[in-house]
Amino acid sequence: MKHVNVDSSIAKTLEEIRHFLPAQAPLKDFVHHNTLHAFQNKPFFEGLSEAQERFGYKTLLSLREFQEKFHRGEISPEALEQVIAKEKPEGERTQWLEKMMHPRPFVPSEPQIGRLRRVWMKDVHIDLDSMVHPSLFRVLCSYLDQGIAIWQFPEKNMGFLDAIRSIEENSFSSFFTTVEAKNWLFRKTSTLEDLLHRIVGDESLFHDYLTDQQFAHQGWSGIVANIEDNPLGLLDTRKISLHDIVYFELLLELDVLCMKLGVDFKPLSHHKNAIGINGKFQPSSPLEFELRILWQKAFEIMHYQSVLAGINQVKQHMTGHVEHDNQSEKPSYQAVFCIDDRECSLRRHLEMQLPSCDTFGTPGFFGVATYYQPEGSLFKTKLCPAPVTPKHLVKASGVKDKRKTDAHFHRQTHTLLPGFLIAQTLGMWSAIKLFFQIFKPTMSPATSTSLQHMHKHSVLTVAHEGKFEDGLQVGFTLPEMVGIVKSTLQSMGLTQHFSSLIYIVGHGSSSVNNPHFSAYDCGACCGRPGSVNARLFCAMANNPEVRKQLAIDGLTIPESTVFVGALHDTSRDEIVYYEQDHLPSSHQELHIHFDKSMDIALKNNALERSRRFVLIPKKQPKTSILQQVKLRSVSLFEPRPELNHATNSLCIIGSRKLTKGLFLDRRSFLNSYNAASDSTGDILYGIIKAAAPVCGGINLEYFFSRVDNQKLGAGSKLPHNVMGLVGVANGIDGDLRPGLPSQMIEVHDPLRLLMIVEQTPAIIEQVIHRDAATYEWFKNEWINLVSCCPISGKYYEFTAGEFVELSLQSESFAQKPFEPLMFVEETDNLPIQMIH
Amino acid sequence: MELLLHTILLIPVLGFLGSLLIPEIKENAISRWTFGLVGLNLLLLMAFVVLWVWQGAVNIDIKDWVLYQSTGYVFFIDFFFDHVTATFGLVGGMLTFLITVYSRYYLHRETGYKRFFNTVWFFYLGYNLVVFSGNLETLFVGWEILGISSFLLISFYRDRYLPVKNAVRVFSIYRIGDVGLIMAMWLMHHLWHENITFSRLLDQSLVHEHITSHSLVGIAIALLILLSAYAKSAQFPFSSWLPRAMEGPTPSSAIFYGSLSVHLGVFLMLRTYPFLEFQLTARVIMGVLGVITAFIATNIARVQSSVKSQIAYASIAQIGLIFTEISLGWLNLALFHFTGNAFLRTYQLLVSPSVVSYLIREQLYQFKQQPHSRIHWLPKAWMNSLYILSVKEFNLEKLNFYLFWSPMKRAGRALRFLKAKHITLFFVPVALIAFVDLIMQNLSGSNMPSVLSLPLAMMGLAMVLRSFAEKKDVFLSWWLVMLNHVFIAIAVAFNEHFTLEHVFLYLSGVVVFAAVGHLILGKVEKAEGGIHLKYFQGIVHNKQRWALMFLIAGLGLTGFPISPSFVGEDLIFSHIHENQWLLAVLVALSYIVDGLAVIRIYSRLFLGPYGKTHKEIAYRSS
Repeated sequence: MKHVNVDSSIAKTLEEIRHFLPAQAPLKDFVHHNTLHAFQNKPFFEGLSEAQERFGYKTLLSLREFQEKFHRGEISPEALEQVIAKEKPEGERTQWLEKMMHPRPFVPSEPQIGRLRRVWMKDVHIDLDSMVHPSLFRVLCSYLDQGIAIWQFPEKNMGFLDAIRSIEENSFSSFFTTVEAKNWLFRKTSTLEDLLHRIVGDESLFHDYLTDQQFAHQGWSGIVANIEDNPLGLLDTRKISLHDIVYFELLLELDVLCMKLGVDFKPLSHHKNAIGINGKFQPSSPLEFELRILWQKAFEIMHYQSVLAGINQVKQHMTGHVEHDNQSEKPSYQAVFCIDDRECSLRRHLEMQLPSCDTFGTPGFFGVATYYQPEGSLFKTKLCPAPVTPKHLVKASGVKDKRKTDAHFHRQTHTLLPGFLIAQTLGMWSAIKLFFQIFKPTMSPATSTSLQHMHKHSVLTVAHEGKFEDGLQVGFTLPEMVGIVKSTLQSMGLTQHFSSLIYIVGHGSSSVNNPHFSAYDCGACCGRPGSVNARLFCAMANNPEVRKQLAIDGLTIPESTVFVGALHDTSRDEIVYYEQDHLPSSHQELHIHFDKSMDIALKNNALERSRRFVLIPKKQPKTSILQQVKLRSVSLFEPRPELNHATNSLCIIGSRKLTKGLFLDRRSFLNSYNAASDSTGDILYGIIKAAAPVCGGINLEYFFSRVDNQKLGAGSKLPHNVMGLVGVANGIDGDLRPGLPSQMIEVHDPLRLLMIVEQTPAIIEQVIHRDAATYEWFKNEWINLVSCCPISGKYYEFTAGEFVELSLQSESFAQKPFEPLMFVEETDNLPIQMIH
Repeated sequence: MELLLHTILLIPVLGFLGSLLIPEIKENAISRWTFGLVGLNLLLLMAFVVLWVWQGAVNIDIKDWVLYQSTGYVFFIDFFFDHVTATFGLVGGMLTFLITVYSRYYLHRETGYKRFFNTVWFFYLGYNLVVFSGNLETLFVGWEILGISSFLLISFYRDRYLPVKNAVRVFSIYRIGDVGLIMAMWLMHHLWHENITFSRLLDQSLVHEHITSHSLVGIAIALLILLSAYAKSAQFPFSSWLPRAMEGPTPSSAIFYGSLSVHLGVFLMLRTYPFLEFQLTARVIMGVLGVITAFIATNIARVQSSVKSQIAYASIAQIGLIFTEISLGWLNLALFHFTGNAFLRTYQLLVSPSVVSYLIREQLYQFKQQPHSRIHWLPKAWMNSLYILSVKEFNLEKLNFYLFWSPMKRAGRALRFLKAKHITLFFVPVALIAFVDLIMQNLSGSNMPSVLSLPLAMMGLAMVLRSFAEKKDVFLSWWLVMLNHVFIAIAVAFNEHFTLEHVFLYLSGVVVFAAVGHLILGKVEKAEGGIHLKYFQGIVHNKQRWALMFLIAGLGLTGFPISPSFVGEDLIFSHIHENQWLLAVLVALSYIVDGLAVIRIYSRLFLGPYGKTHKEIAYRSS
């Protein structure tokens, strides 16, 4: 009876460990997620506090960092007072203020994790981690390797433990030193529990022991758990489980212990420091954490208020200019972008060049969820948000992909005799190549460019012609196309006043020497550029049959309207249009005009971005600044091709009128939504259900990578070493480093996402309640939610499960005309304000 | 010509010192100063080489600077220029220039920007000294500088555990290489009765004559030099340190461990080749070891699943071939091979982060389940064995540990029974008495070489081994190193009668630096409220200046070429007779452990994660 119990409790422990491990996928599919997702079932600060106690993460900025922000003016005294006034009773306020400004020094406390395991060190002086980790990591990496090694793991198609058993059985050498460990390996009847009994002893310590053990290398454990859950995430699949590596690690431990202490060593629970260890834990100072919470709230309030004040200002401005807001007027162009915060500034620049152009934001897969397979490719790539599993496949053909190769990556360079010849020939060429790559960086086969994803002139199989492959339907049927076009257009409120040209702009990014390259592409396309999706959407929307059907459904798109697909490269600020040669001649001129304006908008966008790049001198001609921004994407020595989502802090769901003309400093996700046509909230539900995990995930990954770049982020990327193509580590025998490298987050301010929804509180509340997982984000305040009521014009904040009216502090804005490009020399965040 | 050469040699010195003076926040100034001056140096060197070739490419030897002179002993700095110098100098100059330009952007905003460039300068200075050196003494100065700069670059991310641990480990291997050189220098003194220059070694008849008359010494010298070269170039059995050194920013790994530093063993062999030429045994050993290295390293490279270790082992295999080429007398091929390998590996390391997007993309189009293996015809058991062995790096890391690290630790642990009181009550008085006796002897002019020198040297070694094993008392550990020097000095002074001036020269630097170090330790202890040597304490986190001063004091204490003790060490060695192997080994061992003990104190105190902070701390395993 007892046996069964322990076994199932071990299984439970493994499940719990899996839950807390980092959930990052292998490098090729980097998808942003909340780093502390395991704590999301708790209110935000409570979860953070627990994460700190248990795992020793630093989950908020330190008091000193907050004070520095205060002294730099990033947190104002007013914001501090506001927070204290809100949180603390009348009489204690000055005391609290005093404590925040002059805290007494706190000694950092030891986290719960790792305490039990340290007993080995304390009582028998064996540094188990440093003896076991190198072998464990090496074997694991060799097994998981996706193509770095020339000689891959024998029997890699077997499960991990079986593969090891198989090669150990048939070999003169061994991964183990002692016979004892080998015997355990071959004894197939022995279970994890037996091993734990031998090594740890007392059952009550199993849980903590396994947790300590796996969190001593959470990077590797995390990737194993991820591969176990999603084996198809690897091109060269592997059968591995958390159970397997725990088992193997315990064997390695047994090996070391037998070697050092003899085969009859005493299990851990028999050592004196292990006795009663559970009672000895002392939590850290709650006061210190409370002070940090107050600071964090003040930091957030300060930013949120300026945003809301800015939006309010736009509103007042608009009411003064009603005549401009003529609904019936047809815009000259319409351009649809991804909700990505990097498109926020491009939209503004485009609108400034073409004031009559309307811009929209919607997730960058444009409602087209599919797998994609270019000609000659052996694999299918998923192009839609990570949680969605597509049922369709789109193939590209017509143009053979001509990949350029670089001999420097070739296997032969690492072998003996070919290496001998290569060193003496290619070696000399390397010097010349290096010289040019440093002084005149250009595209090379090493560069990962957004255009590689799909050839400009390839032909896509849009329509379904009865073919199926691997259970996937090739192409879309007419009703499916109608459904996609309709729901996407409705979701962003683009249902009337269609202009002659509507641009659907996906985005991607180019970079070199960047193992995290897929984190730079479109998150809504699973870390790939959005070009295929944009083209597919346009092909569907331009299909006369689809239009006919749409008209029947009440969505009439005039015949003169043409959808044009495009791809915006966010690091180079370049745009490619698809099939623009097929435009009717009547539209050619219009397109040329748009292209010209877009070109200027892109340049201005690049200029605006350049302000964050300290090394680009700003006192030089614009063209030269632009040139240098572009060069970043192909320069081997540039660890920051672009700053990606850094500084993101907002998600605005509503009409563009809410933010048009407002300088949001590239900090906002913008999702277009027409509140008036969504009385049921169904459309909003579709938007929020996707936006909360996507935007919230990006925001919190940046948040935690910023506050604890060592434990929750990847540290500096400069020493990173690529391990088996699945992850990066420092040096050759380090743990994998999930999270974001310091170069991506250094300018980021850790602020929770403020989601502003232009809809009545009643509807929003009804919508977020529909899905428990979505509701958790708001109820527990991992995202702050504000309703901007289109009827009353008031603002409501969602706290403690209900909407409460917000009173806006009137922000005094600079009266001087504000023009973002005037601030290219400013490297810090700029205030949110209207562009006059 | 000579002026030009001197300018070329002086620029790195100037560059290094200048880079120390630029304030930390001036990234621009630091990097411009660096790549500007390195670039200038490279240009001058190019001009010099052109001029030199035009003038007929005659070897140049400049006896430059006599540091110390006494009867029968001269310590002088000597420079030499030939085609080997030209090649290594040009490759070094080019790569350092390119890397400094590269790092100007790559390291932007990184904590330690200045430290990085300081260290690169220090490295470049040492590299040039080695490459241009005209005698073993000059070469040794550069060699030592390279060792320290390597240590500093590997531990660049000094607030993490693994870089610091690996830096200490690599330093210990370097130290073994150093001892080969020290002993070789000692035997050379006795073989030639002078501080021989490389240009004199080119005189074939002279070399031949000396070696045939002292064949045993000849072979010993050759093997010692080989030891140094093999340690520095990560050859068998030392290979496993090289991949572990890849802890710094990628460009520094590329230039140090991809190209320049790791090929210096090749340089040493090319430089001393005239000496080896007539010693068939040494050449055979060298060639065979080269082949063994090539075989082992290739196999290890084939199974590496991380990109940097793959490049490291591939490079080691090629260097193994280069050594074999030298042993066969194909010097120009070796030189050419070095150049190609250095450039190739540097570039491969620099683009190594791109491997993900490149290979994933390649796989999308041409994925193969199981790449063809060239040895698939072997029986499965053999294949599996070779695979496992290669993944375990042929147990080289373990072997190194058991061969070098563990005996030292065990010896030190065995000496733990010696407590502070034993040392103050017994060893210090012994040293004092011996010292007074020495002075008395010297004053009375009596000339009686004593049998005591061996026991004294042993005590000296015991002191430093004990220092190495100390876990708690930092001061004890520190002073034991100093005590070691005293014992060694006395031991050798008992061995052969010579002027006390030599002993004073030797001890002068040691004593001063020991005292300085003591003061710093005192201050640190007070500020931190207790220091120990149990684990890395990372005090540099808030005591940067003291850490630097302590490092300098430590280097001084180990007889680094900033202290007169450096010449003293060499001088002391010259008083050990050619047949006193045991004494020489004891003294040499003392030097190795000295360096290790001091670096250990430095890293345990100042490097590693700092516990008492609210800043984020990395995992031990990362």
